[in-house]
Amino acid sequence: MSTRANNTTIAGWIIFLSAFFLFNITLFIGKYEITATSLRSSGLNDEQLEILTTELGTIPVQNLSKYEIVRRVSPALTVMNDKLKQDGRTNLVIYNMPEMVFQIAKGGLTGFYAKNRALFFILVFLPGILGALMIYMPKLKHEKPGIKNNGIYFNPLTARKWLGYSLSAYLVLFYVFLYFLPVHITEMIAITDPVSESILGSPAGKWFMYGLLYTIFILVMGIRFIIRYRHNRYQILRTISVIFFQTVIAFSIPQILTILQKPYMDFKNIWPLDYSFFFSYRINEYLSAGTLGYFMLFWGIALIIIAVPLFTWLYGKRWYCSWVCGCGGLAETAGDPFRQLSDKSLKAWKFERIAIYSVLVFASVMTLLTIVSMFLPDNNIFGAPVNVLHGIYGFLVGSVLAGVIGTGFYPVMGNRVWCRFFCPLAGYLGIIQRFKSRFRITTNGGQCISCGNCSTYCEMGIDVRSYAQNGQNIVRASCVGCGICAAVCPRGVLKLENGPVKGRIKENPVLTGNLNNIS
Amino acid sequence: MIRQIVIIGNGISGITAARHIRKNSDDKITVISSETEHFFSRTALMYIYMGHMKYEHTKPYEDWFWKKNRIDLVFDHVESVDINNRKILTGSSAAIEYDVLIIATGSKPNKFGWPGQDLNGVHGMYSRNDLDMLERNSPRINNAVVVGGGLIGIELVEMLLSRNIGVTFLVREKSFWSKILPAEESEMINRIIRSHHVNLKLKTELKEILGDEEGYIKSVIDSAGEEFTCQFVGLTVGVSPNISFLLNSGIETDRGVLVDEYLETNVKDVYAIGDCAQHRTPPDGRKPVEQVWYTGRIMGETVAQTITRNRLPYKPGIWFNSAKFFDTEYQTYGWVFPTLKDNEDTWYRENIKKNQALRLVFLKENQQLTGVNALGIRLRHDVLDKWITEGYTADYMLEHLSEALFDPEFFLKPDLSTL
Repeated sequence: MSTRANNTTIAGWIIFLSAFFLFNITLFIGKYEITATSLRSSGLNDEQLEILTTELGTIPVQNLSKYEIVRRVSPALTVMNDKLKQDGRTNLVIYNMPEMVFQIAKGGLTGFYAKNRALFFILVFLPGILGALMIYMPKLKHEKPGIKNNGIYFNPLTARKWLGYSLSAYLVLFYVFLYFLPVHITEMIAITDPVSESILGSPAGKWFMYGLLYTIFILVMGIRFIIRYRHNRYQILRTISVIFFQTVIAFSIPQILTILQKPYMDFKNIWPLDYSFFFSYRINEYLSAGTLGYFMLFWGIALIIIAVPLFTWLYGKRWYCSWVCGCGGLAETAGDPFRQLSDKSLKAWKFERIAIYSVLVFASVMTLLTIVSMFLPDNNIFGAPVNVLHGIYGFLVGSVLAGVIGTGFYPVMGNRVWCRFFCPLAGYLGIIQRFKSRFRITTNGGQCISCGNCSTYCEMGIDVRSYAQNGQNIVRASCVGCGICAAVCPRGVLKLENGPVKGRIKENPVLTGNLNNIS
Repeated sequence: MIRQIVIIGNGISGITAARHIRKNSDDKITVISSETEHFFSRTALMYIYMGHMKYEHTKPYEDWFWKKNRIDLVFDHVESVDINNRKILTGSSAAIEYDVLIIATGSKPNKFGWPGQDLNGVHGMYSRNDLDMLERNSPRINNAVVVGGGLIGIELVEMLLSRNIGVTFLVREKSFWSKILPAEESEMINRIIRSHHVNLKLKTELKEILGDEEGYIKSVIDSAGEEFTCQFVGLTVGVSPNISFLLNSGIETDRGVLVDEYLETNVKDVYAIGDCAQHRTPPDGRKPVEQVWYTGRIMGETVAQTITRNRLPYKPGIWFNSAKFFDTEYQTYGWVFPTLKDNEDTWYRENIKKNQALRLVFLKENQQLTGVNALGIRLRHDVLDKWITEGYTADYMLEHLSEALFDPEFFLKPDLSTL
């Protein structure tokens, strides 16, 4: 806002918002049918289909709305499950009902929208990406490089005002649908079918859609971030890094593995963030996939016991949290406009410590029991409790805290809600960073003017200023080393450094001139 | 014995003193201010106006901090000090008794009796109140004139530009801040100012401010007779100690409150620190009145030691200061004067494209480093302090420059090859 809004920027907003509008409108234009083919495409087998078809009554039925599909299919599935249970065929019972309703709906998506999915994909994603780039590109020409935070606290989107709350509500709703009721966003998922079909040869599942969307967001908002901090090579390099890890390691390689019919693996995802790594189905998958499977198992364990301690000792947790991680990648790019909204109060810090280590303990206990039960005979005493724990963790941590709150609350609580309060891997990395690492943020002597830019723009809610104004280095478990505090400091007071452990933490120095140094 | 320590002023000096007294003693501490209820960082006022931060972000301590550390805050205006009865009188007519008094009332912006200087929309940019006034006036400001080529002036220019206000910048000297900066650095800042489409007018002064019938400003006339239409005039021609309430108190004042090297006034147990203090015998090379954040903080720390029976003279060490001119940071260590002293020589390189510059000043006779200016380059305070204090040579600094650099990781070493 230091320069008047540029015409290209305005056009960019119009194009982007139109695409966003169209993307949402698709939710209301899909038509559905229930046919033998559509039911079969859901993956149900003959026995299940037989019961379900009877329950559904006459088929085919055409020209249904999404809500009519839910109204018909849900009760029929319930009855099917009841019958299967009565007959003792419990192995055929469908436990994830919302997912099955979605599969059946998606198989029956028909009409104009279904036939023109490729067209809609182009109409949404091309202008969406183009528009977003048009918003930021003019800054290259019209704004000098440097910190440009003008107007952030006047903008209703970035100052936790009506627009921020609205976006948060929208995101929360999106995540609730994505995790728990995907049928309500069937069209948004189907729009990526053409991409999925051309890569994998099969229609898109919800995680394909989410992965694609996620990658595009990191890419586009990553370009925005690079433009914004183009005077700062640390910021440019780490953003290129998160873009690489998302597009190649997290998105592309797993697709290739799928094509090759190998076990799924995101090679940069580390337990306990990857909380199901030690679940028996994952272990069995690796053990039955030959050399590659063994390698994957070895790789995953090496990351936990070698890479995390070693790299965190050398560079701090930033090597992962703001250079590699996908959650961190989204937070740093798409979430950057909201970094200033993190709570800096001491209360928030106290809550943070309780929350994050609770999740870490939960994940550790669950994993320990999982592994123990794996070595015991089937139907051991841990079997049932472990399953319950998996369910609770998956729902509470894997879905609600990571997605619904962790990302949905960006515009309200800042962009690192998940990373700061709940991520168990961040907890693990943080313990090493706090007690055994060469990393610190160095304070430059007495140059601090207590202005508060560093604290305000710290996404982890660290009160950086409270250290800087006392001449203390910043050594905190939560610091992800994004480097923004050092970037926004108007007096060159902060520097992220790896150095000798000796002198890393300075306790309460008094800065009263070098001749009066007392401690 | 528990004493009642009263501090007038809740800026960086007064608050630093309060905090360090609390660290070392159980005395009762009261801080009085009529500007804001809580301590905030004055240097951050500009960021509130530019939308980088809100007022609450400029408070270095959360509001519970004061009670927890038993520092009583009084939001009131001090009218006078009664040294005989060890009492101060406040606006709400309550008297506050003290055993030890610290005067830390800071500065107020200078006004030099220009015609029209009390019109609506003419003020400085120093206090929270100035910021609030500017904010209230902003909707009707299309063009502004900023008078005075110093640090507050250039910050005010940047603030106004962030709201798309056209700015004319009247500077009395031949070049920006040329009373402090050598010609080359000053010229670089001139270029930076102009590159932001500021109408920078050098070698000119404010002559008159013209108003309309309702008491609002209409325009400004400078000493060259040129008229500039504007709705706001920012007066940033320096600041003076804010000590008028001490008139006839018996506490000796000149420009500021006169203090000895222990920051004590002529009256026992009455101290003055920060912008409002005037040193009777300033430390080497320093000015009697130092109006800088850092010196205020050092005085606060020093006086706290003395008051808590660790008597310490004010020895601020090697001079340092910093600023930011738009996107270009400035740091200085030791003494760099606008013109060299007879026994000094200098080494200077700049990179005009990147707005980077480095100047070393050293003694002719032995090359000993005496001062450094850096623009667009961050230097390590502790390293520069050591090199200057211990008399390292300029050559040594150039050879070991990497050890002194404080730029973020992966930054290229400053390219200073172009002269």
